Amino acid sequence: MPAAAPDVQALLQDLPLVEALRAGDERAFLGLVGRLHAGMVRFARGFVNTDAAAEDVVQDTWAAMLEGIDGFEGRSALRSWIFGILANLARTRATRDQRAVPLSALEHDDGEPAVDASEFLPPSHPRWGGHWAKYPEAWPEQQLLSQETLAHVRAAIDRLPQGQRAVIRLRDVEGWSSEEVREALSVSEVNQRVLLHRARSRVRREIAHHVERRSKP
Amino acid sequence: MSRALPADLDCVVAVEQVTDYLEGALPLHARTEFERHLVTCPGCVIYLRQIQAQIAAAASLAAERPAPEEVKRKLLAMFRASRGI
Repeated sequence: MPAAAPDVQALLQDLPLVEALRAGDERAFLGLVGRLHAGMVRFARGFVNTDAAAEDVVQDTWAAMLEGIDGFEGRSALRSWIFGILANLARTRATRDQRAVPLSALEHDDGEPAVDASEFLPPSHPRWGGHWAKYPEAWPEQQLLSQETLAHVRAAIDRLPQGQRAVIRLRDVEGWSSEEVREALSVSEVNQRVLLHRARSRVRREIAHHVERRSKP
Repeated sequence: MSRALPADLDCVVAVEQVTDYLEGALPLHARTEFERHLVTCPGCVIYLRQIQAQIAAAASLAAERPAPEEVKRKLLAMFRASRGI
């Protein structure tokens, strides 16, 4: 997992790259594109309807980044700054395409439990109320990393509400720190964690259904 | 299913604390209580492992697909124009 973004060291690490970009260093720019472009497209796809629209939004983001790089003040890590631009452009595009999700939706907690209540013994149980009715099944690692299961994981993430999807993509798929995600999406520490929790819980439920279905004869 | 000791934390509560636990966001006393619960509850240990395995699986979705040459050419042209090269 990457180190927390806003720390001084991370910001200093970006400085030579920012200087190189300002000076027109093509290799530095292509290196940055190589590192970020695919993740940006995956991220944008969480907001817009088509792959083509996601590519458009990402290219607009690169354009905005090039326009803004001279004024970039290094108050956030370069990557968080770029993804912050991307998140804004992707939301704007989604609004235009009638897939509008207001920013406030990113703050919304749907309040559903991590695990369905039916998985637990009822509170009225004389001794074990609130404990597992039946322990969850351990997942065989090989199966979890099979292409088929991974496709389910991807699909489960795609079906999440937008805020949850944006957070889990950056945290668990791209491997960002919570600080970077908070900066890029402008969400509070607590909301970031709540969205991550809901997202992981929902995805887990879907994987569990899939794995259990597969393990039945 | 045998359970030797009554646990002090409900599993219903414990599963809601898993993310806070992994994020290091539980206050010390809650963290201790959570870990004590894990010692007595195989179900919640499996649950925690499932979540950890899921995080690892999600990370493998990022397997890099390099930007297509055509896109790189376009971006490079954009870069040159922006720098006046």
